Amino acid sequence: MKYEVLKLLARNARYTHEEIAVMLDTTENEVAKIIDELENDGLLKGYKAIVDWEKTDGAYVSAIIEINVVPKAGLGFEEVAEKIMKYPQVESVYLMSGVYDLNVVVKGKTLKDIAWFVAKELSTIDSVTSTTTHFVLRRYKEMDVELVSDMDDDRGQLWV
Amino acid sequence: MIDYSKVVTQTVRDIKPSGIRRFFDISANIKDVISLGVGEPDFGTPWQIRKAGINSLEKGKTKYTSNKGNDKLVAEISNFMERKYGISYAPETDIFVTVGGSEAIDACIRAVVSPGDEVIIPQPSYVCYEPITSLAGGIPVIINTKAENDFKVTPEELRKAITDKTKLFILPYPCNPTGAIMEREDLQKLYEVLKDTNIVVLSDEIYSELTFNGKPHCSPASIDGMKERTVVVNGFSKAFSMTGWRLGFACGPKELIAPMLKIHQYAIMCAPTTSQYAAIEALRSCDEDVAIMVEEYNRRRRLIVNGFNKIGLTCREPKGAFYAFPSIKSTGMTSEEFCQRLLESKKVAVVPGNAFGDSGEGFIRASYCYSVEHIKEALKRIGEFLKEI
Repeated sequence: MKYEVLKLLARNARYTHEEIAVMLDTTENEVAKIIDELENDGLLKGYKAIVDWEKTDGAYVSAIIEINVVPKAGLGFEEVAEKIMKYPQVESVYLMSGVYDLNVVVKGKTLKDIAWFVAKELSTIDSVTSTTTHFVLRRYKEMDVELVSDMDDDRGQLWV
Repeated sequence: MIDYSKVVTQTVRDIKPSGIRRFFDISANIKDVISLGVGEPDFGTPWQIRKAGINSLEKGKTKYTSNKGNDKLVAEISNFMERKYGISYAPETDIFVTVGGSEAIDACIRAVVSPGDEVIIPQPSYVCYEPITSLAGGIPVIINTKAENDFKVTPEELRKAITDKTKLFILPYPCNPTGAIMEREDLQKLYEVLKDTNIVVLSDEIYSELTFNGKPHCSPASIDGMKERTVVVNGFSKAFSMTGWRLGFACGPKELIAPMLKIHQYAIMCAPTTSQYAAIEALRSCDEDVAIMVEEYNRRRRLIVNGFNKIGLTCREPKGAFYAFPSIKSTGMTSEEFCQRLLESKKVAVVPGNAFGDSGEGFIRASYCYSVEHIKEALKRIGEFLKEI
């Protein structure tokens, strides 16, 4: 049941306890209890809106930075990853398999913001050996939600 | 000048326009309608099925298949019927592939019904059985199933409907529009009524994969003694979200499949080749996709049933298909009046229950092939409508 609740909340965090209870054939109290537990146990980390920033007046640029690092003995990638994740500009940090080590998503108001952040902060970290910055040009889909969608419901030409 | 009234046959002229169609036309002329009208999945066809269709085109598989369908597909259908419903059909003689379940229904009725023969049709049910029966010169004999029986056919009702002229008995379960299913015990009792007769059963199982509460569909052909008299019609539209691919199939004893195939051979030749290649993939590797869709339908089903009951429209639990069939009798309106006024005042489109037979009067059909958000909005508006009337 916990997993079912998580799946629904991951889709839409604004479902009411009652709606979740109905959809999963349980009680509101049970849902409230499960959500409390999920929050307390740190499985549910938060609830955020999915925003199409391109449609707002606010300036918004983001980039994916591929970072190569020299892992430290005994600490591996943890130390540098934890250091990077503390920057407020950093949206996400992932350790990757493949040709580079850390994938860091960075946001800012302008390209320059991000360029400077990479140059002055990320690339100067001791164990970082190289960075490659890819700016995001257009967002098509964000957290399962299509931002540019031409998928109108084309059903209804025939009712059966 | 040609006189068309003398050209078109009386039989065709006598066919009533579909009640769904009529209501659809009305709602199509109103802007910004939020609909619970359509009877097809909102999910896209699972990607690997589409890919299989594309691959077949890239490889130039664009010729006719044999009349009965691609051998691999027919073999997969045989596996599917065994694996899902425990019925064994020989790929060589007992199965053929059709243009949707609809073609199989048509072929079955035409293969067994002669002018004057009676065809027993439980209602409320999908709208095609009556006109196809009439086209074959048959006489539809309607069983009006009842809400208090969960819209199942009872053995008493069946017994009363049978005469010397009865040729065919149609079993449309899981049922559009009621969501009713027939369980093994129910079918067992019908078998007792049928066993000493010469009546053929046409089991339209197009919604067979869409049942809920962990109750898998039970095919009448899986009841001991029933297989010899049952033609099972199924297809890919609903379970695999493949409505536009137009692909179905019929399974049954070879003595019934061979004459149906004869009609198919001259009227259709073969089902669309691209769709057949896609369908092989559907049967081979899409159980998981279907399970995910069923899980989603189930959540929506609970939401819409709860929603209707909460706003004061009694709604029994539909156990299959993807429709809720709440009663609107408490409003004192007819189904048509209710739907018309709801559409005009709140721009919500649902289908009047009487479109599925007289016994559907006093009910509306609401499809839950829509997102949770869409369903919530429609329910909210119906709730407002009920307060204002």
